[in-house]
Amino acid sequence: MTNEALQNLISSWIPELEFTEEGSQFLNITVQPEQLHQLMSQLKTNSETSFDYLFCLSGVDWGKELGVVYHLESTTHRHIVVVKVQTEDRENPTLDTVSNLWLTADFHECEVFDFFGIIFNNHPNLKRLFLTEDWDGFPLRKDYVDEINMVIK
Amino acid sequence: MDTNIATSNLKSEDYFINMGPQHPATHGVLRLLLTIDGEIIKKVEPDLGYIHRSIEKMCERDSYQQIVHLTDRMDYLSSHINNEAVCLTVENALQLEIPERVKVIRTIIGELTRIASHTLWWGVMGMDVGALTTYFYGFRDRELINDIFEETCGARLTMNYNIPGGLMFDIHPNFVKRTKEFIAHFKTKLPEYDRLLTGNVIFQKRMKGVGILTKEDAISFGASGPVGRGSGYSCDVRKHHPYSALDKVTFKEVLRTEGDSLARYEVRIQEMWESMSIIEQLIDNIPEGDVQVATNAVIKLPKGEFYQKVETARGELGVYVISTGTKNPYRLKFRSPGFSNLSLLNHIAVGGKIGDLVASMATLDIVVPDIDR
Repeated sequence: MTNEALQNLISSWIPELEFTEEGSQFLNITVQPEQLHQLMSQLKTNSETSFDYLFCLSGVDWGKELGVVYHLESTTHRHIVVVKVQTEDRENPTLDTVSNLWLTADFHECEVFDFFGIIFNNHPNLKRLFLTEDWDGFPLRKDYVDEINMVIK
Repeated sequence: MDTNIATSNLKSEDYFINMGPQHPATHGVLRLLLTIDGEIIKKVEPDLGYIHRSIEKMCERDSYQQIVHLTDRMDYLSSHINNEAVCLTVENALQLEIPERVKVIRTIIGELTRIASHTLWWGVMGMDVGALTTYFYGFRDRELINDIFEETCGARLTMNYNIPGGLMFDIHPNFVKRTKEFIAHFKTKLPEYDRLLTGNVIFQKRMKGVGILTKEDAISFGASGPVGRGSGYSCDVRKHHPYSALDKVTFKEVLRTEGDSLARYEVRIQEMWESMSIIEQLIDNIPEGDVQVATNAVIKLPKGEFYQKVETARGELGVYVISTGTKNPYRLKFRSPGFSNLSLLNHIAVGGKIGDLVASMATLDIVVPDIDR
């Protein structure tokens, strides 16, 4: 499916989505946290989109907002979209899990929790994956400071 | 003795056992926390981070030329292909026209890297299931590739031969001759691998029907490389998103449908034949020309997001760059194949024995620095 056709189809499900292709080789969709799970579940189960392969799940700190970027590909139709979700709450950032849709999200969401402190609702086993349980702070956030171990240029 | 009374009074209880972090079968510092009932595995929980260096955070501080050097410390057995991934991302973002000579040389060395990685895997795979001889056979042949690399790139493992814009320097005058000699040599040695291990009855019994992964689960777990293709999932990045000179060669994507350990094993063996065929198609026709195009001393990517995927020896490596137009990436994420492949270990090991876990894990071909980026 072309990006235009994808955009028309997906916006018919949820009208509030924002679409852009600027500065990226893929179609980017920005979704509100409340609608994240609904969108993702439709992207996966709808036979016209059938995005069954979540090939990259990255946490991002945009300075003010924290969020997650999902790269999705369909192994039958071979089209790609990027879904972005942001939350402004830096104290207690919470998003819905997608690990019930793609099993790979289980580990990747633990990684995002470990480095960005984003909590995923309904995740089966959310824990620090790389760092120790008592680690203070979330290292990949832009405001993280570790004067002893970080070399700042 | 009445055995009925004895059994009725016995209770079974779950038992926890640590495998690693220093265990020969975990190939590096990976710790697995096993929950077992007798010999039967009920749960496998990987505990990661023993060698995490936070490469992604370092990338936010470094220039793009410096980032290339960090990547061959991830999956050190695919170091050339990792370097290539970052270079391709930068070159595509800057819309640089890369000389054909560079593309062909990158592809040849990439496929040599794949053979070197698979021979090492084959050696330790045999060792994991108790066949020590394979280790020496595998390392003997890998050594010849490392010699070729040493002559051309100056290093045997972490090669750093790619730079954004091309190659560090031209290939050594002996490169073509020695590569051809290696291919001729390895064509006589690869059938030996099959005679020594593949057909062995004990080996077959350890592998067949063990650690089964279905195609649906492979896709859902984000499996890639030989792990995905052993389950019949067509996931070769070289086929679906060709890069460098891979669109000019013909090769077969090796697929097996069984999804067990033996299928993943056979995929890797067949892949070595395919890699040799790719090299043979290119080695006599390396185009003349420059080996690099000029870039600015300080590379600044335009504002935007860039994604590049390549097929390493382990599967799909993705490089996701968010740039704000400065000399450092704002955020750089490596989607490493080993991390996704490890996440399915629990799924394929539960219900089996500890010995089967070792065999299944060997066919996932885990390199721990790739997981602990």
